[in-house]
Amino acid sequence: MAVLQFREALKEAIDEEMDRDENVFVMGEEVAEYNGAYKVTEGLLDKYGFKRVIDTPISELGFAGIGVGAAMKGLRPIVEFMTFNFAVLAADQIINHASKVRYMLGGQASVPIVFRGPNASAGQLGATHSVAYDSMYAHFPGLSVIYPSEPDDAKGLLKSAIRNDDTVIFMESEQMYGLKGEVSEEKDYIIPIGKAKVKREGEDVTIVATGKMYHIAKQAAEQLAKDGVDAEIIDPRTIKPFDLETVIKSIKKTHRCVIVDEAHPFGGLASEVGFLIQREAFDYLDAPVQRVCLPDVCAPFSKPLFDLWLPDAKNVIEAVNAVMYR
Amino acid sequence: MAKKKQEAVFTPIGLNKNNNGKVDKSVELPPATKKKHKELGLSDDDVIAMFDQMYLQRRFEERAMQMYQKGKFGGFLHLYIGQEAISTGTVFALNDDDDIITAYRDHGWGLVRGISAKEGMAELFGKATGCSKGKGGSMHFAKTENHFWGGYGIVGGHIPIGGGFAFANKYLGNGQISTCFFGDGAVDQGALHETLNMSQLWKLPCVYVVENNGYSMGTASNRHTVGEIHERAKGYGMKSALFNGMDALTVYENMKAIADDVRENSIPYFVEIRTYRYRGHSMSDPQKYRTKEELEQYQKTDPVERMKQYLLDEKIAKQKEIDAIQERIEEDVLEAVKFADESPFPEPDALYEDMFAGTPFIHDKK
Ligand SMILES: Cc1ncc(C[n+]2csc(CCOP(=O)(O)OP(=O)(O)O)c2C)c(N)n1
Ligand SMILES: [Mg+2]
Repeated sequence: MAVLQFREALKEAIDEEMDRDENVFVMGEEVAEYNGAYKVTEGLLDKYGFKRVIDTPISELGFAGIGVGAAMKGLRPIVEFMTFNFAVLAADQIINHASKVRYMLGGQASVPIVFRGPNASAGQLGATHSVAYDSMYAHFPGLSVIYPSEPDDAKGLLKSAIRNDDTVIFMESEQMYGLKGEVSEEKDYIIPIGKAKVKREGEDVTIVATGKMYHIAKQAAEQLAKDGVDAEIIDPRTIKPFDLETVIKSIKKTHRCVIVDEAHPFGGLASEVGFLIQREAFDYLDAPVQRVCLPDVCAPFSKPLFDLWLPDAKNVIEAVNAVMYR
Repeated sequence: MAKKKQEAVFTPIGLNKNNNGKVDKSVELPPATKKKHKELGLSDDDVIAMFDQMYLQRRFEERAMQMYQKGKFGGFLHLYIGQEAISTGTVFALNDDDDIITAYRDHGWGLVRGISAKEGMAELFGKATGCSKGKGGSMHFAKTENHFWGGYGIVGGHIPIGGGFAFANKYLGNGQISTCFFGDGAVDQGALHETLNMSQLWKLPCVYVVENNGYSMGTASNRHTVGEIHERAKGYGMKSALFNGMDALTVYENMKAIADDVRENSIPYFVEIRTYRYRGHSMSDPQKYRTKEELEQYQKTDPVERMKQYLLDEKIAKQKEIDAIQERIEEDVLEAVKFADESPFPEPDALYEDMFAGTPFIHDKK
């Protein structure tokens, strides 16, 4: 095991895949000469040159679509968005094109592309730079959505994403790039898409949380442990396909569930997974499933309002208390 | 014999250029106007007021930067330092009820359109007394009652909105025109091109202005966009202009003529104003993409210093009077910092306010 920062784990994955397959290339704003807005692509230009590490203009719709076309011709683009908040401009290419081409051409073409970058909020960046888009992309057939929480997951899943023959949305967080963790040194370390991981075993309550929210859940679980509440944390890692089996198995043991989701409440991961749990495990539940998510308002700038807005460990503990009738 | 295949290159290479010692300049400044203020129809008081305003923008941001570094507030902070002649020259050329919209580098625009130093600083601090009640922060200064419709953070996103103001002005027949400012980086967004086409087709009274400051974050203009920016207008049969943005009188002269034409004939313009960003893109920018020498070249053309020198050379103001202006502004800005620091944060309930006009349709509020 090597200890790597999240950004280093991502870079290793990209580097190994670029080394393995010369059709893999990276493009996005400031990815080359600036070495990446968040330094994920640091050093790749030096190693692979201007042909395979490409700075783009601020033309999200254009370069996303050029990526789709290149992928249809057999290349393996990794398209970086400075954040997924800007990928909204490229939504037409991702949603109307990348996700649908294979189906509407009757299987004659594929779009093996990875769209990656930070998702959701990163401090006080205001209303237009703080939205979690994972559930939105998960809504659309034809897309896989990955949102890992730790460097090891990031590396193994990004390698899978690059090798995947269809479009993958791969989400990160500005606030996790510096996070350190042990990463497998196994050669060709691959984590299959769609497999959850039990990251903390517990008996009393199941907490489902991924991405940045996993760390909030972990903090909450540590505090709850001091109070004698033993939480199990499941990190789905992949939003879609969602590994329901692992969650249901856990609920059959704990009989209680809290879902922590960094999106607004309406139609998010929490509502979908909450629905599936009641359908598949209704008889095993000792309390209604609770969710912790953003309120149904935009991100405010002001510090105290922002802190109120973003889910924190206290919110998770309150939700756990609610399902445990404490 | 087959030629050896060259390795493909897409984006023009900026690193490791060899210019034989010549300083690489990311923008060429066209010459400034030779006309004196009186010839442009400006009084002595007008030019003193212009200096006053530019100096306020400069000191406000220098203090803001200091407060940011002291940890008084967080988030983004994009400074307009070096570009103040554009906001100032423009606002003096427009009518007070003409509309202005800009991107996130918006402090100068807010101040010149009547956001007080206090309201501005309080917004940066995220206080309830800020111009946007602390909801927006640095990127979203606004004062709609003064027709300053705000700063926007999605590059290019506000360009069609500027066109929308012009649409409304034409629809309402109110004689107002709209002006929309954005960076050289925003020129690459599709939204600009859709909007320019419709603006020319519909004869919308709007001035679209590129503040070409040489860089889009760490990317020099010639590495992200092709040709001469102002020439894009040709493709739409639109009138255009290119001028120096380091001299407030030049900006005034050109914007006045353009505004008159737009107002009288209900037509759009596409304008490139050349300027230079003295500071990093935001507060976390190591600026490895440019040389110290390049920056120094443009610092010699500092718009604030230039205006000060003009006042002295033309004997419009004595050094003593200039000192008095500077001292007053210094005090105002320090007072603004104190005001911001002492102002209250918004109440928790403010989180749910301003989402809707009437009934707040908040889903699943626990
Ligand atoms: C759609 C979108 N893509 C990317 C960004 C990130 N970003 C913010 S500012 C910027 C550079 C813009 O440069 P320019 O338009 O020249 O304006 P300047 O900063 O020079 O004033 C970038 C890439 C963004 N805010 N919005
Ligand atoms: Mg620029």
